[in-house]
Amino acid sequence: MFTSRLRGSASGPLALILAATLGLSACATTGEGASSDGNGDAAPAREAKALPTGMDAATNPDPYPSTYRGLPRENLAIVGATVFTGDGRKIENGVVILTDGKVAAVGDASTALPAGHRVINAEGRYVTPGIIDVHSHLGVYPSPGVQGMSDGNEATNPNTAEVWAEHSVWPQDPGFNTARAGGVTTLHILPGSANLFGGRGVTLRNVPSVTMQGMKFPDAPYTVKMACGENPSRVYGGRGRSPATGMGNMAGYRAAFIAAQDYRQKWDKWRETGEGSPPTRNLQHETLVGVLDGSILIQNHCYRGDEMALMIDMSREFGYRITTFHHATEAYKVAPLLAREGICAAMWTGWWGFKMESLDAIEENVALVDAPEGSCAVVHSDDAELIQRLNQEAAAALAAGRRAGLDLTEEHAIGWITLNAARAIGIDDQTGSLTPGKRADVVIWSANPFSIYARADQVFVDGGLAFDRFDPTYQPVSDFELGQPGYGQSTAGVRQGAR
Amino acid sequence: MTRNLSSLRTIVLGAVAALGLAAAPALAQDTVAVTGGRVLTGTSVIENGTVVMRGGRIISVGTGAAPAGARVIDATGQVVAPGFVAVDSGLGGSEVSSVSGTNDLRNASNTLSAAFDVSYGLDPWSITLPVARLGGVTRAVVVPNHPGSSGGHYHEEDTAGAGEGGYHSPGLFAGQAAVIHLAEGADILVRPRVAMVAPFGEAGAGVAGGSRGGAMVLFRETLAEVRLYARNKAAYQRDDLRPLSLSRADLEALIPVAEGRMPLIITVSRAADILQVLRLAEEEGLKVILDGAEEGWLVADQIAAAGVPVLLNPLANLPGNFERRAARMQNAAALNAAGVVIAIKGNEGSIHRARETRYNAGNAVSHGLPYEAAIAAITVNPARIFGMDGQFGELRAGAAADVVIWTGDPLEPLSQPVAIYINGVEQPLESRPFLLRDRYLGGGEGARPPAYPAQ
Repeated sequence: MFTSRLRGSASGPLALILAATLGLSACATTGEGASSDGNGDAAPAREAKALPTGMDAATNPDPYPSTYRGLPRENLAIVGATVFTGDGRKIENGVVILTDGKVAAVGDASTALPAGHRVINAEGRYVTPGIIDVHSHLGVYPSPGVQGMSDGNEATNPNTAEVWAEHSVWPQDPGFNTARAGGVTTLHILPGSANLFGGRGVTLRNVPSVTMQGMKFPDAPYTVKMACGENPSRVYGGRGRSPATGMGNMAGYRAAFIAAQDYRQKWDKWRETGEGSPPTRNLQHETLVGVLDGSILIQNHCYRGDEMALMIDMSREFGYRITTFHHATEAYKVAPLLAREGICAAMWTGWWGFKMESLDAIEENVALVDAPEGSCAVVHSDDAELIQRLNQEAAAALAAGRRAGLDLTEEHAIGWITLNAARAIGIDDQTGSLTPGKRADVVIWSANPFSIYARADQVFVDGGLAFDRFDPTYQPVSDFELGQPGYGQSTAGVRQGAR
Repeated sequence: MTRNLSSLRTIVLGAVAALGLAAAPALAQDTVAVTGGRVLTGTSVIENGTVVMRGGRIISVGTGAAPAGARVIDATGQVVAPGFVAVDSGLGGSEVSSVSGTNDLRNASNTLSAAFDVSYGLDPWSITLPVARLGGVTRAVVVPNHPGSSGGHYHEEDTAGAGEGGYHSPGLFAGQAAVIHLAEGADILVRPRVAMVAPFGEAGAGVAGGSRGGAMVLFRETLAEVRLYARNKAAYQRDDLRPLSLSRADLEALIPVAEGRMPLIITVSRAADILQVLRLAEEEGLKVILDGAEEGWLVADQIAAAGVPVLLNPLANLPGNFERRAARMQNAAALNAAGVVIAIKGNEGSIHRARETRYNAGNAVSHGLPYEAAIAAITVNPARIFGMDGQFGELRAGAAADVVIWTGDPLEPLSQPVAIYINGVEQPLESRPFLLRDRYLGGGEGARPPAYPAQ
């Protein structure tokens, strides 16, 4: 909820952020053109034949660069809490040291408190890494979900690998704020699933920003959304075109990878010889070439286990890796296979039965996928409401696993929405666990996050306080929310907190 | 932690053994006493309470000893609660949301609107019922869907590229709701035609031709026709009455609504629309139940003064459209504090996700609703709202013996039911998802395909 708090007090911080963002944006743009000539190995041939600006992806591999620079931060020592580290450890009466926006140390009560760190007493509370949602459409399917704002599905062609979700992100989506109030510090925004290739995904820091670039997670790998199953065949079959069936889906993916291989070959040849005309840049093939060379991570909407097995074979046919299956409601049917292949499965706990490919969803899915050695089970949302309560979805998954007789701890289960989630989108070297050197993305919970009553009291992104349940000046409100019905009014006597 | 497949196999055996234990359910004619637990009656909490049931009904609730001869269920350290009531539900009326042949909640007939009766399409063998039951849901108010209802899974993933719309209801009224219980057996219908359902706001305007003003005028005109018909049935039969826009079946179905005997569930979100509905109800003498009411907290006092109850989802806190710009997690708490009788809904039409009703109640608590009020909002309040006060949704003498024993606080995800009684009959703790789970618990890569039954 937003209340009168914003009338005066928060305009200051917001204005600061705005100024900082715009300033950095200008700097980064200037710096980019000057510095990133890229691709040294092909330099001799290409220097002679420099292409017009924008015609060679290699000269500017990051044309929409992050301008994120983090919120104001201080050095902190969070003491007294029960700490779930994200990588399977639980520390009672723990100490978490955050220095210069990084995790500096995590340990028990004997951990030394460095000088110059503000001490936060979190006795009786819980601390976890910031929550990561690997499947969100915030910003691309924002609130309000009205015509004119529905920018998540370029459902005009079964292959739209050329579109980038970041170009649809509306940073004023109020859902970013409510997700943050639920402890979410990182989100992976994907295009929808109408298409075989829906386009590139983007990973965001969950901080308020006037621009998408101001949220963009620096150096997070690009991803591409693929979709198996009912959605592409229904959407395009319904229009009397391919794909209309599961086999049509497969033919569509394969044709696209064949075209991408061909495209890559042409560029390689041109870079090698420098002879003839260079290929015309093709954004669709470019994304899939990124998949083939491993720089772009596949995020594959795929409900059914048998379809996952087909997708895995296809990855061998063309020589690439699948990073994560999403909405993997039948992952439990192929759990050992996924573990052997090192593929993550992102899942719900409670959603089922809304279409045929979700009919066999079970609450124990996460726990069963988690069971084999080497697994990577992730709980995701795909939903502007569920993203606010991923801890509860993980709790329900934990309960189901225990009900099935599996020996699961809370400190392990928190990994489903932290470290495993980070791995599923290729940022586990930067965040996802309270490990020294990683980004200081931290949530202080009012109670055990596996309790329905737990609320995120404070949320830190890169060590900066991004949300405080008790301080209205740390409860951002999007432009859209200003002056709307109810704006500035208390609800049930509660001023603070998410709406 | 390390878990391997051999340890999983022992777990499978354990699960099979556990299923065997559930083979002797209590019969309704036995006297069963649940003792030692923390009893949530629906209106109060009794520590170390005793709940006695016989003949399908609760006989007594208190702190005394179990009666002589009773089968005693020791619930020490556990929580005993009434079964939860899923309101605004589609249980039994829809199996797979996207498979239209399984969906009997939607009526698109040209000649029928208010007369549509969901009770005829209910399937006691629905695979959704045992799943909801395992979430502690023992009763449901099954409502017909309309363009503004929360039924079904209307996610972009599923409507991708399908364009605007969905289906269109033929009239202002979606049809009539029914109360069911979720016990195993061939008959789940408790009472048909407990309420009429109609959308207002954006959805109602859409049905009426595009504007709220049109919908309201049409609505009042319809009521006038119903009253005219009710007064002149003989003339109508003689074909001696002016032409009426509704079919005879619809007119008949609306008589109890127009006379204020049958509650009218009105789906409405915007504060301004809620005020319009309250005025309509007062002027027309209607008995109204608000459904949704996302902006209800803005006009909580007016709703309370009108004595109108509200069915709400406490998770609705985003401005998903322009009639929900004031949506807040604190809506449930604010309405309750104002004195409004609220019932808390499950998610997505409370079919497949009816089991999340208890989590929604828990989230209302963490956003200011007193715990006892949250329990009431999923037990006694639904019974009261639908005129079945004291008949179910409460652990008190005379009420249906819908009793669930939980490992702990039933609003917590980490709590699970250990015994479920509906009408005094113990229900199996089984479901189709459990069968799938057990089939793949060992990894599914054994020598024989999982399709073969265990040897």
